[in-house]
Amino acid sequence: MIKKTDIFLAVSIILITLIISTLIYNNKSYGDQVFISKNGEVIYNYPLSSNKTIKIENGKNILKIEDGYAYMVSATCPDLICVSQEKISKKGESIVCLPHGIIVEIK
Amino acid sequence: MSKKITFIGCVLAFAVILGYIEFLLPISIGIPGVKLGLANTAFVFLLYKIGFKEAFAVNTARIILTCLLFGNILSAFYSICGGILSMLTMLLFKKLKFFGCTGISVIGGIFHNIGQLLAAKLILQTNAVFFYTPVLIISGVVTGFLIGIISVILIKKLRSVNI
Repeated sequence: MIKKTDIFLAVSIILITLIISTLIYNNKSYGDQVFISKNGEVIYNYPLSSNKTIKIENGKNILKIEDGYAYMVSATCPDLICVSQEKISKKGESIVCLPHGIIVEIK
Repeated sequence: MSKKITFIGCVLAFAVILGYIEFLLPISIGIPGVKLGLANTAFVFLLYKIGFKEAFAVNTARIILTCLLFGNILSAFYSICGGILSMLTMLLFKKLKFFGCTGISVIGGIFHNIGQLLAAKLILQTNAVFFYTPVLIISGVVTGFLIGIISVILIKKLRSVNI
């Protein structure tokens, strides 16, 4: 029931995705503004060059901007996926906290 | 007929239990939306053992039940979007007869994640979510492949059960 076409399909999709995403990622330039939005509306906006610790919604999420990178320090949600995400610095990169509906985006 | 209904009921119970096992032992690698989705084994298995209608009904019921038991409205919305899109694309590609059971499961895995991305786009109203597309496509391929292999084993083991 595992056909050769199945393996070919899986391998080729992984390769194509890797190639396209590397091409797109390498063409991205560093961003200069950090936008924090809740349910689609921008609630904070800071330059990426600043060094700041931002308490979003009274500390539900705490974001740190440091040395040109932004990352989530802590959150009150149960899964803490946003905290485990990589530091972001390039245009279009984002950190998403689904339980709180918060998106941190570089532009 | 009653044998078929009993069999489908057992598969549904099996699918809910698989969902529960994954709820107890979540395998998270730090990316939102990435998980194995063991319960989808029931869909792929039924799709090949009986047919699309039965598989669709069981999977939809499974999503509603697991979300009522272990989830919330938000997770239900994500699951339903991903589930319906993946089930329909799996049906389409099965009709093409080009891929085997595992390939169909891989396609299902990819479109499940794409459906969830579209749901996230609807809820969060931002294109930022599409940043995760490559990661979710690759994880869809990997999880879909694993689910496909499990389903193949299941279909082989239960070949003697005639419905």
